[in-house]
Amino acid sequence: MSLLKYESQQREPLVDGDKTYHQVTEDIIGPIEMKPTRLWYIGFFISIGLLLFGVYSIYREVTYGVGQWNLNKTIGWGWDITNFVWWVGIGHAGTLISAILLLFRQGWRTGVNRAAEAMTIFAVMCAGQFPIWHMGRVWMAFFVLPYPNTRGPLWVNFNSPLLWDVFAISTYFTVSLLFWYSGLLPDFATVRDRAKTKLRKLLYGVAAFGWTGSTKHWQRHESLSLVLAGLSTPLVLSVHTIVSFDFATSVIPGWHTTIFPPYFVAGAIFSGFAMVQTLLIVVRKVMNLQDYITMGHIEAMNKVIVLTGSIVGCAYLTELFIGAYYSQNMYEAYAFQQNRANILSPYGWSYWLMMFCNVVSPQLFWSRKLRRNITVTFFMSIIVNIGMWYERFVIIVTSIYRDFLPSSWSTYYSPSIYEIGFYLGTFGLFFTCFFLFAKYFPVIALAEIKSILKTSGENYKAKMTDIERSDAEKFYIEKVEHAH
Amino acid sequence: MAGGLKKFVVGSFDDEAVLFPAVKNVRKAGYKIHDVYTPFPVHGLDHALGIRETSLHTAGFIYAITGTTTALTFISWVFTKDWPLNIGGKPHFALPAWIPITFELTVLFSAVGMVLTFCYLCNLAPFVKKHHFHPRATDDLFVMAIECSDKTDDAEVQNFLQNAGAKEINVQVAETGWWIGRYDREQKLYRHEPGY
Repeated sequence: MSLLKYESQQREPLVDGDKTYHQVTEDIIGPIEMKPTRLWYIGFFISIGLLLFGVYSIYREVTYGVGQWNLNKTIGWGWDITNFVWWVGIGHAGTLISAILLLFRQGWRTGVNRAAEAMTIFAVMCAGQFPIWHMGRVWMAFFVLPYPNTRGPLWVNFNSPLLWDVFAISTYFTVSLLFWYSGLLPDFATVRDRAKTKLRKLLYGVAAFGWTGSTKHWQRHESLSLVLAGLSTPLVLSVHTIVSFDFATSVIPGWHTTIFPPYFVAGAIFSGFAMVQTLLIVVRKVMNLQDYITMGHIEAMNKVIVLTGSIVGCAYLTELFIGAYYSQNMYEAYAFQQNRANILSPYGWSYWLMMFCNVVSPQLFWSRKLRRNITVTFFMSIIVNIGMWYERFVIIVTSIYRDFLPSSWSTYYSPSIYEIGFYLGTFGLFFTCFFLFAKYFPVIALAEIKSILKTSGENYKAKMTDIERSDAEKFYIEKVEHAH
Repeated sequence: MAGGLKKFVVGSFDDEAVLFPAVKNVRKAGYKIHDVYTPFPVHGLDHALGIRETSLHTAGFIYAITGTTTALTFISWVFTKDWPLNIGGKPHFALPAWIPITFELTVLFSAVGMVLTFCYLCNLAPFVKKHHFHPRATDDLFVMAIECSDKTDDAEVQNFLQNAGAKEINVQVAETGWWIGRYDREQKLYRHEPGY
């Protein structure tokens, strides 16, 4: 007992079933060592198909120009930037789980952090596509970097939020990747040391970087994880803050607001957790990981969803109050009263759809019974993702489709097939990566699960009852009785 | 790179609760523990082994301020000296607008620098190969390697480990450094023998 950190019996176990360290390894590495199932192949090839359609859409866009999309004079940012912000937002949950919950010492993160971080990396990869291809002449994309050139040198504008975005997204991607991979090293070593085939020994041997599990290395690894978590925490907040600056620093009614940074960050975490739920509910079922991603994990994430959903709802109402009334500015008022809240206006439906999906529906999760219901959670996660897509659509399209010059008010904007294709293509990219990850990577952080097993594993907790009772008696005799 | 060939008595434990007193006793008896290999970070083991605190976070801080300085000096130079732009008569030295990029570069330098330092210190890289005392050290065993000198009596150490609760005990002659190699082949460190 002396070694084990005491954890109250009141807390739900984080690992169910009668597990030993070796059993944990078997459960998590086992699926990697088996041949992919039929279902995996079907899913993988559907993803590849979507990806190819996306590649074709991008080919059209690059060859014929941005005119392949239905963007017009007033709507310069349509689906493209909506998708960008949506994907970046989704990424935020991974960092929240791996970094912020690490700093808060939340044990339940160990079951879900690896997959959530993978989701972050893939989501940021998808997000990055949109601004890059939106440039039109994509072969000039390197112009966004401050490199010495023969035009002066003419530098990029460091005062521009769009450049801040370049730095924020690339830093976010790099740091997330480093964080994720450094956590993967010990687990790759486990796969390597169990490997039976030559190919697996070679590949996982290369991937594990020669990890041995030396105590000194673990000590440095812990220090590294902690500092990277400490760095990622303000980083993740900064990323969506900077994305929101793309809008907030402009003078467009509907965008020009100081509430955006916290509102965007809360929304990002909200949508990200919804995506984690969508993925993990499927993964735990298909890969038989119900013992590691338990009902308790799902409930914990649903609590985050109802919290962030309510923050987002609060932000919507504040924004509506400020824009539609308190600003006393006719343009702001028009943007909110007519372009958004008026359900009969061309895009009014999208505003109310967003309100329903993001603010009303997650309130169901105040009920413990619904929080612990897999089907409800799965549908809710999809609804929230749709709602959060519409949030970005509402912010972008309803703010710009009627600009300051009524004669240029655009007709109804609807995306072209290649705009939709590009979006579907990023789904293809995301799921292709995720399928490969789920098959060839340890989807649960093995070493971290092992480190909490003896405090939070079901079988170990059960054994603690007697110790707990005797310790309580001892404590009472030693401390309480003598106090009087 | 090359640590040289050494002889070790290796004991594997299957419970960290047994490992801790064993570490304490082995050290008290005066044996030299080369290292303990564990499948996950066992908290307090570094202290039990008498390993000093890592300074990796200090390195991280130094990288971070390097990033801050790089960003600030570079942007200030660009906007006040190399190519000052008149943006509505606003000051050229526009510090508040540079904070986002300065922050991002601080984080980037710190993270990249720390990970590279970590890999350098722990000798981690693709195609790096090391001697593994037990394949299950990354699965469920806690493997203690005790370094033997010429005067060490192997049998005595083995007995000692047996009493300390080790489940599996053996003697290995192993390379302590790392070498370039692949895990699907038997490869040893190439050694340049003097005289050849």
